[in-house]
Amino acid sequence: MNMSTADVVEIVVKSLVIILALLTGFAYMTWFERRVIARLQSRVGPNRVGPSGLLQPLADGVKLMFKEDIVPAEADKVLYLLAPLVTVVSAIMAFAIVPVGPSVTLFGRTVALHLADMNIALLYFLGLGSLGVYGVVLAGWASNNKYALLGGLRASAQMISYELAMGLAVLSVVMLAGSLSLVDIVNAQAGGRWFILLQPVAFLIFLVTMIAETKRAPFDLPEAEQELVAGFHTEYSGMKFALFFMGEYIAMIAISGVAVSLFLGGWRGPFAEQVPILGVLYFFVKLVAFLFFFVWLRATLPRLRYDRLMHLGWKVLLPLSLANVVVTAIAVVARDTGFFGLG
Amino acid sequence: MNVQLLVFAVLAVTSVATALAMIFARNAVHGVLFMVGNFAAVALLYVLLGSPFLAAVQILVYAGAIMVLFLFVVMLMGPEPAPLWEHIPGQRPFALLFGLLLAAGLIVAVNVEKLTGVPGMMTQEVLERLGQPTALAQTLFERYVLPFEVTSLLLLIGMIGAVVLAKREKHELPAEQASREGGTE
Repeated sequence: MNMSTADVVEIVVKSLVIILALLTGFAYMTWFERRVIARLQSRVGPNRVGPSGLLQPLADGVKLMFKEDIVPAEADKVLYLLAPLVTVVSAIMAFAIVPVGPSVTLFGRTVALHLADMNIALLYFLGLGSLGVYGVVLAGWASNNKYALLGGLRASAQMISYELAMGLAVLSVVMLAGSLSLVDIVNAQAGGRWFILLQPVAFLIFLVTMIAETKRAPFDLPEAEQELVAGFHTEYSGMKFALFFMGEYIAMIAISGVAVSLFLGGWRGPFAEQVPILGVLYFFVKLVAFLFFFVWLRATLPRLRYDRLMHLGWKVLLPLSLANVVVTAIAVVARDTGFFGLG
Repeated sequence: MNVQLLVFAVLAVTSVATALAMIFARNAVHGVLFMVGNFAAVALLYVLLGSPFLAAVQILVYAGAIMVLFLFVVMLMGPEPAPLWEHIPGQRPFALLFGLLLAAGLIVAVNVEKLTGVPGMMTQEVLERLGQPTALAQTLFERYVLPFEVTSLLLLIGMIGAVVLAKREKHELPAEQASREGGTE
């Protein structure tokens, strides 16, 4: 580990930029979601605070700050406080591996537009996803409320079930690119060879599992209000409640960033290599497309029944993704050995 | 002051502290969480040793998957603290013996160069090459492909066994008895 002071400064600045961007992204994601859903349901949505309601997130934030902070008397106080933090931190950390653009030259230094290029980036991402489960489970348990506990158990069962299919969908892409690093995977898609074209099945599986992993409609079983009040965050109020939402929205942004890099060529697009700012723009547009899809689904689809959710995860997505991995493996071997005249 | 040494010191203290806390925690859920913390600290030690793949797998498999299942079971057990007596009598002398044996083995292993004068084969360069996913995959799937497949077969057998056991319990209860038992709750 030979790092100069400039390297350390670069890492710190990049981390701060990512955290600030994600927090701002979270704030405006709430505004975006409410406006888009309102439009889809022929309503207006928040439009009073600032132009087009653009200052609404600020008003919401101030309101949540001044709410009374309630901790249930029989709750496990430390874990009750820890749970929302685990959710948020694991979501923020996941974004570190996403390349948002090509390298740029700033102040005479070549700066890569990602925080960490590791050869295990995708494992790191999946690992953080499974650590995020703790936030939900602990919130349910520490609240000492039966609805919260049931919501927490449901959430963890759901996330564990869909993690498998997601991992296998990612594996198909990894086999094609020959690397676990997102930077390498984006580079392997140069020239418009997006992996969505080569791996349509893996893309669809990833799309379904990413919604289940972020507990969004129609997979928002953990907080099914008719059955479980609000699920794992029933007892939470004020800023701690907001932290769960922050975790959910940032996880949406991070997982969309990974999906863009895996299947839609990341920041790549026409002239992105010559003009780095175009790459960042392409990445942003693709990211927003995914986020719009999340909102669109929530406004469109009713919630799945719990047994149907488990059925879909274990009996449809898992065998499908396994079959996809097998087919991909055969194709990769055929490509590398020149069998079937491929490659 | 070496940065690497500083990080190692922090991680070493954390891993020992969380391990002790896990043993002495009266609340089983807290115990599970200390164990997760311990796994995380050990995973970071792997990163420090130049083996990021092992670190990722440690988090993914142990901290992420297995411990969540542990937590499931422990959470459903209820809030009463675990009893302090031993379930298996006479394990203390054995624990002490095996602990000492392990310590002796580790001390020899760490100081192998000083004792024999022959440097160990795991130099920093070798470690950094072996820790990469590609090197690991080549070792697993070329040199050790048979043990690897046998292990996966063993795991599959275990899984099928679990399914069979879970299924049989249902069949053993006749329908009317099951409904009666359900009715008394």
